[in-house]
Amino acid sequence: MTAGKWDVVIGLEVHAQLTTRTKMFCGCPTTFGAPPNTQTCPVCQGMPGTLPVVNRRAIEYGVRTALAFDCRVNHACRFARKHYYYPDMPKNFQISQYEEPLAEEGWLEIDRPDGHARRIGIQRLHLEEDVGKLVHEGTLETAQASLVDFNRAGVPLMETVSKPEIRSPEEAAAYLRAFRAVLVYLGVCDGNMEEGSLRCDANVSLKPAGAARLGTKVEIKNMNSFRNVQRALEFEVKRQTEALDRGERIVQETRLWDADRGYTRSMRSKEFAHDYRYFPEPDLVPLKLDAAWIDEIRRVLPELPRARRQRFVAAYGLPAYDAALLTQSRALAEYYEAAVRDFPQPKLVSNWVMSELLRELPGDDERAIEQATVTPSRLAGLLRLIDDGTISGKIAKTVFETMVRTGEEAAAIVRREGLTQVADAGALAAMVASAIAGNPKAVEDYRKGKTAAAKAFVGQVMKASGGKANPAMVSKLVEAELEKLTKT
Amino acid sequence: MISRDDVAHVARLARLALTDAELERMREQLNAILAHIDALRAVDTTGVEPTSHAVPQFNVMRDDEPRPCFPPEDMLANAPDRAGDFFRVPRIIEE
Ligand SMILES: [Zn+2]
Repeated sequence: MTAGKWDVVIGLEVHAQLTTRTKMFCGCPTTFGAPPNTQTCPVCQGMPGTLPVVNRRAIEYGVRTALAFDCRVNHACRFARKHYYYPDMPKNFQISQYEEPLAEEGWLEIDRPDGHARRIGIQRLHLEEDVGKLVHEGTLETAQASLVDFNRAGVPLMETVSKPEIRSPEEAAAYLRAFRAVLVYLGVCDGNMEEGSLRCDANVSLKPAGAARLGTKVEIKNMNSFRNVQRALEFEVKRQTEALDRGERIVQETRLWDADRGYTRSMRSKEFAHDYRYFPEPDLVPLKLDAAWIDEIRRVLPELPRARRQRFVAAYGLPAYDAALLTQSRALAEYYEAAVRDFPQPKLVSNWVMSELLRELPGDDERAIEQATVTPSRLAGLLRLIDDGTISGKIAKTVFETMVRTGEEAAAIVRREGLTQVADAGALAAMVASAIAGNPKAVEDYRKGKTAAAKAFVGQVMKASGGKANPAMVSKLVEAELEKLTKT
Repeated sequence: MISRDDVAHVARLARLALTDAELERMREQLNAILAHIDALRAVDTTGVEPTSHAVPQFNVMRDDEPRPCFPPEDMLANAPDRAGDFFRVPRIIEE
């Protein structure tokens, strides 16, 4: 994006909570929402004399993600202490990685609004531990104290830093969406932004259009949804553009996004905020990742969103639009494929998933899709009823809504509510005859060449039958009847 | 050489309130420690890989198996202040 005479430059830092069963350096469980301070131990509370031990699965998840982003996995890597004081961090340092992170130099492909794909470079990927959670006592204005829950302290976090190659707020949102999809496909993060499993900070700067040197960057924090990321960045780009247009200088600072008020505001600049005094964590020996292990992780990488999308186009003959929508989450893609296995008409299944299922459920919500009351085999059952002429497509939509509510099979609902399509030629002919007899004017129109009048008769019969008439048969009967009338 | 300003800076990062006399004493002691490092520097380390750990050990990892946590009562036993099962700390407002 070019904001007039300025080029926008954005880099994103994404923190993802890994879906390991236990914390990064101790055996405490990572279950979300447990009562305060019930999931801690002397290690994750940083008691003197305790020793952290690396969770092998966290390393595996990190490597898996690094490989999916085509990063170089560093054979040798180690942990470092990052020092700062904040009450959400029991040790007063965070075990993170600094020099020799887990992986470097990868890329993620995003879809731009104009339909073209673009690669955004990934600078580094490293592992660290999460901090605790602070709750204000009472309201923000009157709070005398803050309350600390250390359940989250020590949960494995994976930080991935993009290169400053994102050119607009829309691209930033696209990056985050694509990033989330990859993590969820890999099964390393549940991608839930509301619960904080995925958090995003951004660096935003502007430079004169075409210039090589980057401008002063501002860090934006506290954007906790896709929509907020885009809104916050749009606001910030506008703010910086206006400042530069006025001839002002941009101050390097951290700004917080205020979603309610819709603006970013400066955090009181912490004089020493970036003086972290990193040094190698003496309590953790370095890692030398075994090449055979990395190969094994690579071998079992699942199909990633992009590849799956391309396969949906190639294997099922779906339009690119359908394929993109259906592969937005692994659960949805699997739902679709299971339904197609049961009812092999790919485009029809796609239409039903996109229009009916996604009206009921958010397609990027893995859990919601997995627990859908209308399972893939139930959807297939419904489509079979349309296919064999038992019900019309229109009735099927009503049946679908009932299925969502009651969790029943389509056939049971159709039987109970007597929705079976009227395909009895005699009964239909009588309905057609009465419709035509009741509207001589339309017949006259038809005679004058207004063939659209035939459609009106079909509609009338469908309505009279409560949607249960077989539309193809009605249409044929109406045509035949009108033919007869016009010849006489 | 470490200056008084260096000591004041590090003390502030560590949230330590030092008196002038303490600052001066720390400055002397830290410089003495650094002087000792200088002695180590005299050793010829040409061709020796820098290392962060004294033992040649790598890849110490554990399986992702949950272990029992400690009861909140124990974990909060040393807390200077608490509210229910939360630690209670002076008000922190991000600004
Ligand atoms: Zn623990």
